[in-house]
Amino acid sequence: MIAELGHFALIISLAMAVLLSILPLVGASKNNTALMNSARPLSWAMFLLLAFSFCILLWAFYTNDFTVSYVANNSNTQLPWYYRLTAVWGAHEGSLLLWVLIQAGWTVAVATFSRGMPQESVARVLAVMGLISVGFLLFIILTSNPFLRTLPFFPVDGRDLNPLLQDPGLIIHPPMLYMGYVGFSVAFSFAIASLMTGRLDTAWARWSRPWTTAAWLFLTLGIALGSWWAYYELGWGGWWFWDPVENASFMPWLAGTALMHSLAVTEKRGTFKAWTVLLAISAFSLSLLGTFLVRSGILVSVHAFASDPSRGMFILGFLVFVIGGSLLLFAVKGAAVRVRGNFDLVSRENALLTNNILLMAALVVVLVGTLLPLVHKQIGLGSVSIGAPFFDMLFAWLMIPFSFVLGIGPLIRWKRDNLSSLAKPMAVSAVISIVLAGLFNWIFSDYFVFMTYLGWLMAMWIVVLHCFELYERATHRHSFFTGVRKLQRSHWAMMFGHIGLAVSIIGIAMVQTHSIERDVRLAPGDNFQLEEYNFYFSALRDKDGPNYDGYIADFEITLDGKYINTLHAEKRFYRTARSMMTEAAIDRSLTRDLYVAMGDRLDDNKSWAIRIYYKPFVNWIWAGSIIMSLGGAIAISDRRYRFRKNANKQEA
Amino acid sequence: MNPRRKKRLAIVLAILLGIGSTIGLMIYALGQNMDLFYTPTELVQGKPDGSKPHVGQRLRIGGMVVEGSVKRDSESLRVTFELHDVGPKVTVFYDGILPDLFREGQGIVAQGVLVDATTIEAFEVLAKHDEEYMPPEVAEAMEKTHTPLNYSDQQKQGSSQ
Repeated sequence: MIAELGHFALIISLAMAVLLSILPLVGASKNNTALMNSARPLSWAMFLLLAFSFCILLWAFYTNDFTVSYVANNSNTQLPWYYRLTAVWGAHEGSLLLWVLIQAGWTVAVATFSRGMPQESVARVLAVMGLISVGFLLFIILTSNPFLRTLPFFPVDGRDLNPLLQDPGLIIHPPMLYMGYVGFSVAFSFAIASLMTGRLDTAWARWSRPWTTAAWLFLTLGIALGSWWAYYELGWGGWWFWDPVENASFMPWLAGTALMHSLAVTEKRGTFKAWTVLLAISAFSLSLLGTFLVRSGILVSVHAFASDPSRGMFILGFLVFVIGGSLLLFAVKGAAVRVRGNFDLVSRENALLTNNILLMAALVVVLVGTLLPLVHKQIGLGSVSIGAPFFDMLFAWLMIPFSFVLGIGPLIRWKRDNLSSLAKPMAVSAVISIVLAGLFNWIFSDYFVFMTYLGWLMAMWIVVLHCFELYERATHRHSFFTGVRKLQRSHWAMMFGHIGLAVSIIGIAMVQTHSIERDVRLAPGDNFQLEEYNFYFSALRDKDGPNYDGYIADFEITLDGKYINTLHAEKRFYRTARSMMTEAAIDRSLTRDLYVAMGDRLDDNKSWAIRIYYKPFVNWIWAGSIIMSLGGAIAISDRRYRFRKNANKQEA
Repeated sequence: MNPRRKKRLAIVLAILLGIGSTIGLMIYALGQNMDLFYTPTELVQGKPDGSKPHVGQRLRIGGMVVEGSVKRDSESLRVTFELHDVGPKVTVFYDGILPDLFREGQGIVAQGVLVDATTIEAFEVLAKHDEEYMPPEVAEAMEKTHTPLNYSDQQKQGSSQ
């Protein structure tokens, strides 16, 4: 009975979404205040109904209601309660419900925090968001209803959650990622709403900036979390596999990054409008494309859920509708928002444009690498796979001009600047970077690899020039320390964002070229020497969990005879899901990770295959993304982007 | 040409150059990193169009691990196993740790280099984290060229270890 309530709430919220996508739009075109005002209560109604429906699914999981087939397929009585709850988004139906709930959450957030915006714009934006919700709600109700029953023959126990997902990292990874994906729908709706009216002013850019930044922030954290999870949970110590589904999340990130920067130009300089709109459309379209790729089952990936052709067709249709519709609108109305930029070759506009284009080039690389195998197969040339070196190589090449421009960009003035005034700081910074990069390379690695040096060089170039820029800016009017305190938050946001990228670059450069990976055969009592670290396999013991049987291998690590840590690598066999899982053990530190994971037990019943890895600077990759997201958070907190009542008056 | 046109020409040329070099690089990188997929039968008898991989080529191969064919070296992690679909068998060498779900009779995909007509030195072996999973490439290729080979009920039950 309770599950039916959830289903019912889902259907009513679809009705609300349909109303939300129609009434305010009609109101906006007829200038009917009552209809436009219906947007806010309708958003709330949609959100609350969805939240209710979601809670019911949570309840079904919590109480082990195996008469609901989604619960029976993805949970088990032996599962600890917190994993039972997170199992809600462990598979297709539930994660879509979470997706649409978050979508409604963003809609409500826009409804709440947009009191300073003109009523007509709010109505249009909320209506577009409602339209997106209609698409997803239809998709859930028609093809992937999480409340389907197994009655009358319901199972006594469930099939258990995929063991890979029984991990704290997975509790927050999908919600974060969805927050990011769906968050771009806000920027998309703003863009569509402004295309409808043909009015695209700086106020518009100012309103959509914090939303875009928020979505980008969540997506950054979501991707970083996923990568971190893959690193310790999949048990082979990789942090990025260029897996199609990872790519699907990376593409909106690239477009979103470009969009954030292009929005800045639109707000500050009133140019790049058409480009910004196009980026907003592509960021959200790519989020949808990602969903399509993951959900249709046409991809081979760790993330691929059970496929069902009707689902794929539905999303494909929705995708065509959204992309086609928005591009059509852009084609018809886009000319109205175009303005001729008035800036010289050497100007901050051009620096930003260059990097925007480089981001798009990176996006194309990922898109080609992800879709080409599909196309190749569809046109009958046989199936192929595109290896990671393809992406690695092209990204390395694209990063060189990207970080060069990123370093000098903040120093260049808007509209017009002279290269000659930049020549001196650039030359000095280049020398400092070359020396520092060489120095760090020499300290932190035993041998020279050009790519590592290049990575350090790019990072140092960004850091040195940003420090210089900070100094210049701070000492412009005041002494350094007063000046630093007077800097605007958005300035700090840029600093954090860019320095975070530099930190990640260092991590990537080091871990890609200086990792040491050894697969070895070891029995309890054996020693293994990896560089200066000694790994002693001290014991093997049994450790069973609530729903699995497991072994733990203890490794004592010493460095030149000095004790460092004892690592406990685990191997688990999940009984219900009948699958083996590896829990890697990691000794983390600032400059290196020591990584131990158990393989399988070998024929002599005594020794085990063990992976022992040395991963230099790997934590810097995620640290960099956290610094970047911190930059995003600071940008949102900038007071200039609060929606104030008088915001319009100032603009007018 | 007036200065404005000249500038415009320069910009267009720069963009063309940029796009050109990106596409060039991309095609070059693709050529280096695209690996074709074969089944054991295709590897031995050639694809329907008669093409066979040459020795030294990088490729992916997918099939079922032949029962009783997995042999490990007693000193190292070197392992050999045979793959088949329904026709001939090919031998795969691999140095390292097999995935958790690697089992005899299970469908797997290996990526590696062809060292002679029926032998592959793999650098990666993939098996999915799902008992009932058969790599779609394998299932599809089997369905196309031969009678479909499905997992038996016993395999779906999983081993009892």
